[in-house]
Amino acid sequence: MSWSAVTVLGADRPGVIAEVTSAITRSGANIEDSAMTLLGGHVAMMLLVSGEVPPASAFPGLTVTATEVTPRRSAGDTAGLGYVLTVHGPDRPGIVSEISGALAGASGVVTGMTTHLCGRLYVLIADVRLPEKVDVAALMRHLSAVGAGLGCEITFRPAEAEVL
Amino acid sequence: MAAGAPREALPGGVCRELIGAPHPVLTAKALPVDPTDPQVVAAAADLLATMRRSRCTGLAAPQIGLGWRLFSVDAGRHPATRSCAGEFVVANPRLVSASHWETAREGCLSVPGLTGGVPRATRITIQGEHPGSGAPLTVHADAFEARCIQHQLDHLDGVLFLDRVTGTRAVYRVAQKAVRQVT
Repeated sequence: MSWSAVTVLGADRPGVIAEVTSAITRSGANIEDSAMTLLGGHVAMMLLVSGEVPPASAFPGLTVTATEVTPRRSAGDTAGLGYVLTVHGPDRPGIVSEISGALAGASGVVTGMTTHLCGRLYVLIADVRLPEKVDVAALMRHLSAVGAGLGCEITFRPAEAEVL
Repeated sequence: MAAGAPREALPGGVCRELIGAPHPVLTAKALPVDPTDPQVVAAAADLLATMRRSRCTGLAAPQIGLGWRLFSVDAGRHPATRSCAGEFVVANPRLVSASHWETAREGCLSVPGLTGGVPRATRITIQGEHPGSGAPLTVHADAFEARCIQHQLDHLDGVLFLDRVTGTRAVYRVAQKAVRQVT
């Protein structure tokens, strides 16, 4: 069975998710994984779909792309230790690229990221997985230096799973 | 619940402008104060006046532009409050015990438009001093009041709730009027 990465972008309105998912279900395909958010008043969906993806005409008013993919385990799925990164400070260009570059330099994998702009305040939250042998203290010092250069505050702390 | 010397009446304060992030005073460690200093007593009164006007449940001195270890709390109006010490201001507060952790959403007047899921102790004890006399003050708090007090303590250490959220999916945009402010 083929798998596709499907992206959906369009103006947010009530019912848009139901329309997209209904069209996929009617075509006999299955949604294996998904993420959805609102970006500047637009709904943005990313779906991993198994089976035949319906044609673009099945999604009126929406921009839809489908790319065939082979499912694979991500480097950040299970390996290493989980951390949460918070960055906040005045908005300026380059925050995401510099922070993600610092993490990549320590072989960190960003498994999730959200950013928010509230007035002048820019906020970045990231879920990060690090290999177990990374010198976390050294990475934290490096992140602090990068944050200071950006005029931002940075906190980097272990993710605490509440397993019940 | 508060224990220690009887609460003293503070002079009438003035409502001050609220400081929003990003601002250096919100990310710096606040300095200890002399609780008997008339300027500190006046600041305590201003905190109360500003907190009442803002209809929030707590306010820390950095939020009105003062890098001092001083905050006010009044959790009495909040529906999640159980026991309540009422309205109080404390100088040089320190956390002496904390237990029973829970994660819940909180917001902040200095970070309008966002809330976040933050783990906090739901049973705490703090000790500090009354502004004015400098007499010792102990507060045992639970539930929402404990959350509110820990949020204020964080402000005195230059920490925002954003620094404690549990992950990328624990930050939420909200209409600013809809935010139930912890501060």
